Amino acid sequence: MTTDTSPKSPEAAAVPPPPPAPAGGRTPRGPRRLLTRRDRITLAFMAGVPTILHVALVWLTALASIALAFTNWDGIGFDSIKWVGLDNFRQLFTDNPQFWPAVQHNVVWFVVLILIPTPFGLFLAVQLDKRIRFSRVYQTAFFLPVVMSLAVTGFVWQLVYNPDTGLINSVIGANTPGHYIDWIGDPDLNLWAVLVAASWRHAGYMMILYLAGLKGVDPSLREASALDGANEWQTFKNVVFPTLRPTNTVVLVVTIIEALRAFDLVFVFNKGAQGTELLSILITNNIIGESSRIGYGSAIAVVLLVISLAVIIPYLIATFRKERRA
Amino acid sequence: MPHLTPSGRLSLPSPSRRTLLRGIGGAAVLGAGVPLLSACGSSGTAADPKTVTLGSNASDAVPKKAFAEIYAAFTKQSGIAVDVNTKDHNTFQEQINSYLQGTPDDVFNWFAGYRMQFFAAKKLASPIDDVWQKIGGDFPDAMKQLSKGEDGKYYFVPLYTYPWALFYRKSVFRQHGYQVPTTWDQLVALCKQMKKDGLVPIAFGDKDAWPAMGTFDQINFRLNGYDFHKSLMAGKEAWTDPKVKAVFDHWAELLPYHQDGFMGRTWQNAAQTLVSKKAGMYLLGSFVAQQFANKADADDLDFFAFPEIDSAFGQDTVEAPTDGFMVSRSPKNHDGVVKLLEFLGTPAAEQIYLKADSSVVAASSKADTSSYTALQKKAYTMISEAKSLTQFMDRDSRPDFTSTVMQPGLQKFLQNPKGVDGLLASIERQKKTIFASA
Repeated sequence: MTTDTSPKSPEAAAVPPPPPAPAGGRTPRGPRRLLTRRDRITLAFMAGVPTILHVALVWLTALASIALAFTNWDGIGFDSIKWVGLDNFRQLFTDNPQFWPAVQHNVVWFVVLILIPTPFGLFLAVQLDKRIRFSRVYQTAFFLPVVMSLAVTGFVWQLVYNPDTGLINSVIGANTPGHYIDWIGDPDLNLWAVLVAASWRHAGYMMILYLAGLKGVDPSLREASALDGANEWQTFKNVVFPTLRPTNTVVLVVTIIEALRAFDLVFVFNKGAQGTELLSILITNNIIGESSRIGYGSAIAVVLLVISLAVIIPYLIATFRKERRA
Repeated sequence: MPHLTPSGRLSLPSPSRRTLLRGIGGAAVLGAGVPLLSACGSSGTAADPKTVTLGSNASDAVPKKAFAEIYAAFTKQSGIAVDVNTKDHNTFQEQINSYLQGTPDDVFNWFAGYRMQFFAAKKLASPIDDVWQKIGGDFPDAMKQLSKGEDGKYYFVPLYTYPWALFYRKSVFRQHGYQVPTTWDQLVALCKQMKKDGLVPIAFGDKDAWPAMGTFDQINFRLNGYDFHKSLMAGKEAWTDPKVKAVFDHWAELLPYHQDGFMGRTWQNAAQTLVSKKAGMYLLGSFVAQQFANKADADDLDFFAFPEIDSAFGQDTVEAPTDGFMVSRSPKNHDGVVKLLEFLGTPAAEQIYLKADSSVVAASSKADTSSYTALQKKAYTMISEAKSLTQFMDRDSRPDFTSTVMQPGLQKFLQNPKGVDGLLASIERQKKTIFASA
């Protein structure tokens, strides 16, 4: 931040200097005192209200759930909160048969998103960037799933996967006894089935990000590589892709976030039953309900928070370091 | 110090990314928080001696209309209006905790059994012994037991109940010459025969994770008796007990005759297999009748009690979940509430409900059964002749245990019936920590 306090706009410059201090013997504070009383109230209000809301709704709740992770609480009355130390975590890591599958599925979610729809989104972006005919139509078609709520996406794919009446089983005849494919229920299949739906959406998202990145690639670079006799693939690999570095960082972060917050699609699909457990769903199942296990659910939430921080903090450090250098 | 003009106007070139993010974050949290908070409150009307507020989970069309007719009859008789606040059935259950701690309606829909006792013990419901002094004579003893909290006081007015049993279509049994099985061996033999005849012996769908609990209940109380079942549900028996293992062994024997692909199927879709005569039997509550839209099909529907496994227990236990009403901890209009509950406990109120929803039967022993369908009559007889009534696994046990441990646990068993020992050990470990936290 600079310490320059000189007016920036012409009309501001036209404003007369602050009136002389009232005759009360108080010494004027000089040019530093630039705000009237009203301004200060307005400012305090504008900065204060969001700060209070932010602290109350983000920080306090986050800290409260960290504290609750070490307690046992059914959510009824504050006097029923019991301190249990690390018990919740011990139970989670040793006794909960769904916890490790959930962690594993969150990882699978990330790996699949980064390996399949992300390169596919890049591929689409590169094709659309060539300004082929109807490119806007394609662009819209691929982007459409991103606009739709994931809950709706879940409903749509559920209709496709329904084992009795769904599109796939009806077409390939896999809904008769003995030749059954249970896309939603089979623990070896359902995660992949949901991931197809997630990828369907993610590809469109990645496409738009890459398309924006590609618009920023200097055309003279391409020209130069063409003059050097590079073919299309060589140009992409050696010239275009390296210039997409900032976009790649964004894509990586977005994909990690998508993998960690994966919830709605699966919740609609089969509520995280065998084969599709996710951390976010375990949290919900433990906290929401009639006699909820709020302490236990908070412990899972803390695990998710720690994983998220482990990913986000290095990213933020790297970004800020870059900004400072710039 | 940010750039400020002397007039105090901010002349920041653009808000920094962090302030922007913070603002967005706050707005998002606020946006998510507001409906949540408003959902907790009730209609918020001040105490009005001529109105009773009622929180309803009857969001489906049939029960909603049936309840509305009961309240209309009450208003007509007493001059007290019932202000109904209907919420989606599942949402109601998920929010019940914060709802009862906030400003709940005077009266609310709820379930008998452990789930009622839980809120009674937490002092989130009012005892209604005064109401029971009036309506007590109309109910059989089993219903009285179901309406009491652990402290022996009444907290619940039951309205209707329905049995779980094996449902089948008379025409299918007639066509193939099947006999209703009364023993386990007969049931297995019947399944074998049905499979040979190209039928799905037992329709099944467990996508919602609770239907499987019904099968466990039936096998357990037939094999080990009511007392063991109750005590297991109360967390007093070990899940590693050989008696429990035997339940799963019996279940595994039946599993090959269950409909394929059940993990991805809802009970409604499974019921359609029975409607279309592709399935021979279906173990479910009598609400399965709601899926029989066509009257001719509905008349063809029949059921029999789950067959005997151990002759010491025979078929003496019937699983009959019961729904009714409770009073919140400090109702605004106490006199009105008492009058409403007394009315809801009358056979007349039950009959209004049953006229609109014929898949259930009255909880009262005084209700007129002459207008019952054949199915209702049979259900009524079955329940009234039962030696013991159970509710359902998630109504007889701690709901946090059944939803976070048993539902995924039973699904795991269904996927891999051979891994029972490890599964039961895991259930037992989790049960101990959950029940210890009471």
